[in-house]
Amino acid sequence: MKSNDVILHTLTKVAIFVIFTFAIDLFLSGHHEPGGGFIGGLAIASGIVLFYLSFGSERVSKNLPLNFIKVAASGVAIAVLTGMIGLLSGDPFLTHRIYEVDLLIFGPTEITTALLFDTGVALAVVGTAVHIILTISEDRE
Amino acid sequence: MFKVLLTIALVLLSCAIIMNIYRLIIGPSSADRIQALDTIGINLIAGIAIFSVILETYAYIDLILLIGILSFVGTIALSRFIERGVVIDKKR
Repeated sequence: MKSNDVILHTLTKVAIFVIFTFAIDLFLSGHHEPGGGFIGGLAIASGIVLFYLSFGSERVSKNLPLNFIKVAASGVAIAVLTGMIGLLSGDPFLTHRIYEVDLLIFGPTEITTALLFDTGVALAVVGTAVHIILTISEDRE
Repeated sequence: MFKVLLTIALVLLSCAIIMNIYRLIIGPSSADRIQALDTIGINLIAGIAIFSVILETYAYIDLILLIGILSFVGTIALSRFIERGVVIDKKR
């Protein structure tokens, strides 16, 4: 059955920019304000699910060739390896460091190793959420 | 005076959410339930906005956009399910 989805396609192409921008903002504001890796990953996962809903799984997996189990596994690996940074200098597991870096446009910025840990958490959440939703809802035949 | 008005608005929104939960449980068809879930999301957004005015804080503003996105995606998925029986098609 050929379906007519003009409204959904047009809305998706506009809303997807808002969703991904907001997800990155949530992810980066997580150190001092509400936000962080978990909820940022959840917002990215909802954007990817919106892609799958409006364009169908064949077209999306051709343009976004990711195996989401591997995404989740690499996220957990990044988080564990970042936790081991503290072990190298004799500190406890998951000790984090704070650096002041002068980024040219943004001025002096505080960069911590917790940001890397949050990246791992976000990848794990994206992989798990998208893979669960695809497994439940995909058309089988 | 202004605080009393805001509190009355919050109470009215809570009554609206309770009525929507009634429709969500009783609702004869699935379309009624989806409509009720979407309206609960919108009432939650309005309640959060009023709540952050009462507490004079910006901390809850992010939540508004997040609930909007999640309820939008959820409504699309549910209505696609009652329309075709399949949430994600193979080919479009």
